[in-house]
Amino acid sequence: MKVGVVTFPGSLDDRDAQRAVRIAGGEAVALWHGEHELHGVDAIVLPGGFSYGDYLRCGAIAARSPIMTEVVAAANAGMPVLGICNGFQILVEAHLLPGGLIRNDHGDFVCRDQKLRVENASTAWTNGFTVGQEITVPLKNAEGGFIVDAETLKRIEGEGQVAFRYLDVNPNGSLDDIAGLTNAAGNVVGLMPHPEHATEPGFGPDTPDAMRSGTDGLTFFTSVLQGALARA
Amino acid sequence: MPTIVVEIMPKAELLDPAGKAVAGALSRLGKAEFSAVRIGKRFELTVDGEVTEAILAEAQKLADDMLSNSVIEDVVRVYVLEGAAAGSAA
Repeated sequence: MKVGVVTFPGSLDDRDAQRAVRIAGGEAVALWHGEHELHGVDAIVLPGGFSYGDYLRCGAIAARSPIMTEVVAAANAGMPVLGICNGFQILVEAHLLPGGLIRNDHGDFVCRDQKLRVENASTAWTNGFTVGQEITVPLKNAEGGFIVDAETLKRIEGEGQVAFRYLDVNPNGSLDDIAGLTNAAGNVVGLMPHPEHATEPGFGPDTPDAMRSGTDGLTFFTSVLQGALARA
Repeated sequence: MPTIVVEIMPKAELLDPAGKAVAGALSRLGKAEFSAVRIGKRFELTVDGEVTEAILAEAQKLADDMLSNSVIEDVVRVYVLEGAAAGSAA
């Protein structure tokens, strides 16, 4: 299975996302923001970083780059798309997910191993989890405060579109402790924390068992691969 | 060159952490007469030639669709800069 990872000007974690795909057993394909070509991939990751230096609004300019025409069309046709951090901001700016992301309420950049609760285990990227499962993956952002109007918030809460919620600490003032969302169809998922940084023992968050041994993020990538196998 | 100005502010009901940080600094400087600060954006769009109704309408559309995000911001004003050659088009 081929998973494309789009590199935008200012992407930071594209290589990490490619590595996570390979560790999960998939083939990572580098995609370029300036092309109109998805190179036959079966799923797409929009990685973290600071595309266009966060100018205008985080993700706003990247959301209007050439390849996003194809990404939006593929997402609307059911292709799994995962947006991590800046990728989540791009998905929101591309209107594939609702709401907006603003500066953290405390005003600071935050970098921590963040505990999350899985709220929706039926999406293309979360089907290897169970609802209520608690996972820990790194989080690092300055503009991760999720906001949305009250009516839309009620709708996404009611329809199970909240995929992940912050546990213990709300690191950025997000409404309802929302860390990540899915679209109604379940193929598009976006979250501020970074699952790709918790996919290989020795390089992940600390766990009670051993330092840096956390690999909870790997399930995102194995989920999408399993889904593709099931459809094959 | 005529210039179209687009002014955008964060929605009044939403937290503006950047403005709040500046307000905190003002308070520490003893500027108690200023109780709150909100920070918005101003875009200046240079137009080659005359600002027609169509171009102004396009700027308004751009303001709504790209320069602002209606989830978090409001377009306050779109206008042709006073004193510009095509200022009368506003």
